[in-house]
Amino acid sequence: MLDELVKSLYIAGKDFREYYLKPGSLSWGIIFPFVFALAFITRRGGITEWLAPGMISLALFFGSTSMSAMSIVFERRIGSFERLLLFPIGYNCISLGKSLSSFIMGIISAIPVLLLTLIILPKPPAFTLLLTITILITTFTSSTFGVLISFLVKDPTQVMTVFNIVRFTMMFLSDIIIPITMMPHYVIPISLALPLTYMTEALRYAYTGSYDILPPEISITVSLILGILFLVGSSEVIKRSKP
Amino acid sequence: MSADDGDCIITVRNLVKKYDNLQAVDHISFCVKKNEIFGFLGPNGAGKTTTVRMLVGLSNITEGEARIGGYDVVRDYKKVRRIIGVVPDISNLYSELTALQNLLFSAAMYGVPKKYRQERAEKLLKFFGLWKMRNFKFKNLSKGLKRRLTIAAALTHNPKILFLDEPTAGLDVMSRRVVWERILELNKSGVTIFLTTHNVYEAFHICDRINIINKGRIVASGTPVELGRKFSAKEVVEVAFQPVNPSVKELAKHVTGALSVKSEKDRIEIVTSNPIPVIEGLIQYAKLNKLNISMLSLRGADAEELFLQIVGEQ
Repeated sequence: MLDELVKSLYIAGKDFREYYLKPGSLSWGIIFPFVFALAFITRRGGITEWLAPGMISLALFFGSTSMSAMSIVFERRIGSFERLLLFPIGYNCISLGKSLSSFIMGIISAIPVLLLTLIILPKPPAFTLLLTITILITTFTSSTFGVLISFLVKDPTQVMTVFNIVRFTMMFLSDIIIPITMMPHYVIPISLALPLTYMTEALRYAYTGSYDILPPEISITVSLILGILFLVGSSEVIKRSKP
Repeated sequence: MSADDGDCIITVRNLVKKYDNLQAVDHISFCVKKNEIFGFLGPNGAGKTTTVRMLVGLSNITEGEARIGGYDVVRDYKKVRRIIGVVPDISNLYSELTALQNLLFSAAMYGVPKKYRQERAEKLLKFFGLWKMRNFKFKNLSKGLKRRLTIAAALTHNPKILFLDEPTAGLDVMSRRVVWERILELNKSGVTIFLTTHNVYEAFHICDRINIINKGRIVASGTPVELGRKFSAKEVVEVAFQPVNPSVKELAKHVTGALSVKSEKDRIEIVTSNPIPVIEGLIQYAKLNKLNISMLSLRGADAEELFLQIVGEQ
C-alpha cells in the first residue's frame, strides 16, 4: 500500500516534469482560467464576492483537467503509457499517480486566481482553513474526474474536444457564472448532476459563508465521494481497456 | 521464485488470442529454456507481438495458459513483472526527461532501493555507450541511441528475462550491431532473451533456438542449424544469360524441378531440391534459344530463402 503510494508520487513527479510546460497544459490550464478571471475583474461592476469562488473553481478545474488530458492522451498516443502498465504496480497506483500530477496543476492554476480575488475583494474569505481544505478536496475531485474522462475517451486525439465540451457546459451550468437559483427549474437537475456544481458550492460556502442551494456538509461530502468514485472508476477503465 | 517447469523459464500452453472474428494467435505451445536466446520469427501480422503482449500482461489471453519463472502471467502478474524486462517495438521513454532521469524513474518504479538506483543507472548508461549523453533529453537522441536507452530502461531492476520486440527494426547497420553485441553480452551474464523479429538474418545470427510463427501458428522450431537441415535440402541455382535474360515466366516453363524462380538484378535465381535437372534444363534452354550462359552457380539456400520456403508452405 505504502509502496504503491510512493510509486504514484514518482508517476506524478515524472508527469509534472514531462507535461507542465507543454502548450496544452499552459494554455488551457494556466492562461485561460487566469484571463477569464481577469475579464470578470475588469468588466463593469468587477468581480463580486459571489463570483470569486466560481472563478477559483473554474481555474482548478481547467488546470487539473488540462494536465490529465495532456499526460494521459500524449502517453497513450506515443505508446509510453504502456510503460506504466509494465511496472509491478496496480491500476490504482497508475490512476492515483495521474490524478496527483493533475492535482498539482490544479492547485498551481488556482493560486493566481485566488490571489487576485484576495487582492481585489474587500472582504477576506469567511473560513480560511475550510477554504484551504475545500480547495484541496475539490482539486482532488476535479483531477480524478479529468483522469477518468481521459481514459474513457477511446480516441486520444478527441480528448481535448471532449474536454472542452464538458468544461464549457459545466462553466454555464455549474453555478459558476449563472446562480443555480436563477436557472430554469428543468435545468437544475442537470446542474446537480454535474460534479463542478458541488465543488463550486463547497468553495462558495468556505469563501463567502453562504451557499446557493447545497449546504456545505452536502457539497463537500459529495465532492469527496465523487473524487474517490472517479479514482476507482479510472482504475477500472484502465483494467478493462486491455485488448 | 517458485518452481519452474523443468528447464523452461517460460512455458506456453495452447495460447489463443481472438479479436472478434480474427484469430491472431492459434493454440500455440512452446517453452523457453533458462539462459537461452529464444527467437520468435515471423512476417508482419504473424502474431509475434500479440503473443508477447499476452505474456507480459498488456493483452488479455483468450484461451490457454502461460507461466513465466513458474508464475502464472495472469494471476501473478506483479510477480512476473518483477522478473521480466520488456522492450516494445517502439522506443517509448519520456521525451522531456534526460537519459539518466528516464533510467532513475524506471528503477524507482521497479522498486530498486534508492541507494542503488544511481549506481545501476550509471552502469547501464556505460554498458550501452550512453554515458556522455546522460544529460541529453530523450527526444534529442538519435534513433539508435533511443533504442539502446529503451533497452537499458528495461534492465534497471536486473530482470531474469528480457523480452525484445523487434529490437533493431529501422536501425542502421552500426546501431544494429551494437544492439546485437549487447544482447549477446546480456545473455552471457545470465539473462534469458525472448526476441521477436521479422529479420531472418537477426534470428539465425543471434538466437540459440527459433520458433517460426505464421498466421498465428508455430510452423517450425529448432536451432538455426536444425532448421537449416530440416528444410534446406534446398539449393539455389543462379544463372545469367547473354545477350539478355529471358523472362522468369518463360524460363519457369522450361525448367523442371524448380520450386521458385525469381529475377534478382542481372541474374535469375531458381530454388530447387534437385539442381541437376534444373541445370540441364537451363543448358538446353540456352541452346534452343541461341543464348549464352554467362554465369551459372549453385549454393545452399540462405536463411531468408529458408524462411520464405517455410512460411510459403503454409
